[in-house]
Amino acid sequence: MSETPATPATQGAPRPAGGSGGTLNDFRRRGGALYRATEIDGRLLGLMIALAVAWIGFDIASRIWGQGGDSIFGGSFLTPRNLFNLSVQTASVAVMATGMVLIIVSRNIDLSVGSMLGFLAMVMGIFQKEVLPEFVGFDNQFTWLLTLAVGLGMGALIGTFQGALVAYIGIPAFIVTLGGMLVWRGGAFLLASGRTIAPLDENFSRVGGGTEGSLGRLGMDLGIGSDTLSWLIGIGVVLVLIGLVILARRRRQAFDFPTRPIWAELLILVGGSALVLAAVATVNAYSWPVRVAARYAEANGITVPEGGLILSTGIAYPVLIMVGVTAVMTWLARRRQFGRYVFAIGGNPEAAELSGINVRRTVMLTFTLIGVLVAISAAITSGRLDAATNALGQWNELFVIAAAVIGGTSFAGGIGTVPGAILGALFMQTLQSGMVLIGFDTAQQNIVVGIVLVVAVGVDTAYRRRTAS
Amino acid sequence: MTAEETPGVQDTAPETGGPAPAPSEPARSDSIDREGRPLVEMRNIRVAFGGVHAVDDVSIDLYPGEVVGLVGGNGAGKSTLMKALSGAHPPDSGEILVNGQPAVIHNPRQAKRYNIETIYQTLALADNQDAPANMFLGRELKTRFGNLDDAAMEAATREVVARLNPNFTNFKTPVQSLSGGQRQAVAIARAVHFNAKILIMDEPTAALGPAETAQVRDLIKQLEKEGIGIFLISHDIHDVFDLSHRIAVMYHGKIVGVVKKDDVTPDDVLGMIIMGKSLEEVSAEERAKLH
Repeated sequence: MSETPATPATQGAPRPAGGSGGTLNDFRRRGGALYRATEIDGRLLGLMIALAVAWIGFDIASRIWGQGGDSIFGGSFLTPRNLFNLSVQTASVAVMATGMVLIIVSRNIDLSVGSMLGFLAMVMGIFQKEVLPEFVGFDNQFTWLLTLAVGLGMGALIGTFQGALVAYIGIPAFIVTLGGMLVWRGGAFLLASGRTIAPLDENFSRVGGGTEGSLGRLGMDLGIGSDTLSWLIGIGVVLVLIGLVILARRRRQAFDFPTRPIWAELLILVGGSALVLAAVATVNAYSWPVRVAARYAEANGITVPEGGLILSTGIAYPVLIMVGVTAVMTWLARRRQFGRYVFAIGGNPEAAELSGINVRRTVMLTFTLIGVLVAISAAITSGRLDAATNALGQWNELFVIAAAVIGGTSFAGGIGTVPGAILGALFMQTLQSGMVLIGFDTAQQNIVVGIVLVVAVGVDTAYRRRTAS
Repeated sequence: MTAEETPGVQDTAPETGGPAPAPSEPARSDSIDREGRPLVEMRNIRVAFGGVHAVDDVSIDLYPGEVVGLVGGNGAGKSTLMKALSGAHPPDSGEILVNGQPAVIHNPRQAKRYNIETIYQTLALADNQDAPANMFLGRELKTRFGNLDDAAMEAATREVVARLNPNFTNFKTPVQSLSGGQRQAVAIARAVHFNAKILIMDEPTAALGPAETAQVRDLIKQLEKEGIGIFLISHDIHDVFDLSHRIAVMYHGKIVGVVKKDDVTPDDVLGMIIMGKSLEEVSAEERAKLH
């Protein structure tokens, strides 16, 4: 590991304790020890720092060039409202990016996810509005579930088909999915003859978030208060984190392997828990729009206190889905044979084949998986818009690939992480909404995002070269 | 599949069909018992790439505890012949018998069922993965929930690798950052751990320094004592002479001669490699030259 600070030869000599001359070196040395002891992925840490810088930067910038707001820096970025929206806007791309990681890790690419999203959204739109009502009528309480099942199945089917062309026929993934990009976009148009399907089933559109599609509303409906469920989820995640750390530690101790120092484990747990709980506090601090709250109070016979009814929006469903998908995909990538094989194929396809791995099936399954994930994102995106249009998901393939790559996935194959892709997606969305707040138009936004993508990969490449030596 | 089971010893492996041939008492000189049943018989193997016969009607056998050196120039067909046995490139025609029973080997997975393990020239490691992941690649240990049991795999790897290379400590770093000898240790550990009965070593010392080469030589001698049959492909005629009991010389896809090491000198074998003729023909030509 080369992050050890260069130690001059003279440092070998004993130095006076607490000498002021070496403060910086001292700091770097301790930082290095901290970094090593916690075994934090340097790339992820760097991305989190970049995110923090971007958030604070945009907040200050929005005060100077934008309308400003009531955040701690007087801007409009670090407000509960903006952060809630950011989390919802990130979800769709983030969900697909977790699958794109495995695709790129195994040295393939999927350019069709944006068009597939449009097609699947249209399939689900037509199914719930024009097919299903013939059998179960409108506003059936299971409409959304049946629609989702059809969408997920269709996504798996399309993904498997494209994956089979790549894995068994041997057509390059770039070509197969380039074709898919055209086919599914055209298919979305033909399916509805260019119409927009709207509005969607009420329950289905909750998958897309908003006041209705968040835990605050569910808590109110259940009569347990608007902020309770979000806190329960937050605490649940923290408990799971603690459990995982303890289990991993016990397992290593059982084999007498070296373990991380206790303080390093605690540091990770406290830091991780603080982040989770801060996120919950933020979305709980975002209250329902006054009119929506008033209408809800009226409909449910709640007396509105003086100063208006303040209800927490809480965690949005798409964000819950994103968290769930992240957990499952991380588990698949790190703890399952399938994930191990995907990474092995990316590291050395020949070795994987010689080791007896069924390379073709594994590659095909990565495409099946992304098909399912695209279906989830299609539900989120169309639900959020409350409509299925044939332009839905346009350019998404580029954002998804960019999110994976910014998150540290290497096009050379074999390297990438699921949490990295989530952070990458969050970073992309941060740039976009930040630039909207400071008044950049689309052309300017595209230029910035393009430059950031190239710079991010440049920094990552340099980092990798440095740590490899 | 639980952690205790060793994949490969069950299934279709026909070796349990009869009494295993008693491994002969190994010694420095050739004391291999070739009266019994051979561990492997390859009969009339042919492999063609396009119109070129990379391996042309080759037959060869291997006995328990025996090391058979395969030598020949570049493109003589040594590696291709061994790929037919390891399942990496199935033969176009011909027959392979393991312990006297016809074996079906169409891919590496099937070869492993017959306890045929291969150490490739390129080592065939996933460079981005750590040593335990590589050692168990394709045969991962799992917990009872079906998750990867990384701790158990690391423990097993530590145990096996420690026998091969006591200085090995990097169990959590990707193998691309390891030295050639350490990578070799991982590749060999894989074969040892999974109870190889038939081991194919393709240039096992090509990437190694002198000390590491010596380690591999010791290991080969240790393995043959355990009754494992080894096919050794090497360019290094001294390696081959030091380690092999018999030497098969290949030339343009054919075996031109199989000689017992004790009956020949390195120069004899070199003559066979270069001229592509059997020992008798080479000797005759040499005699002719002398006259």
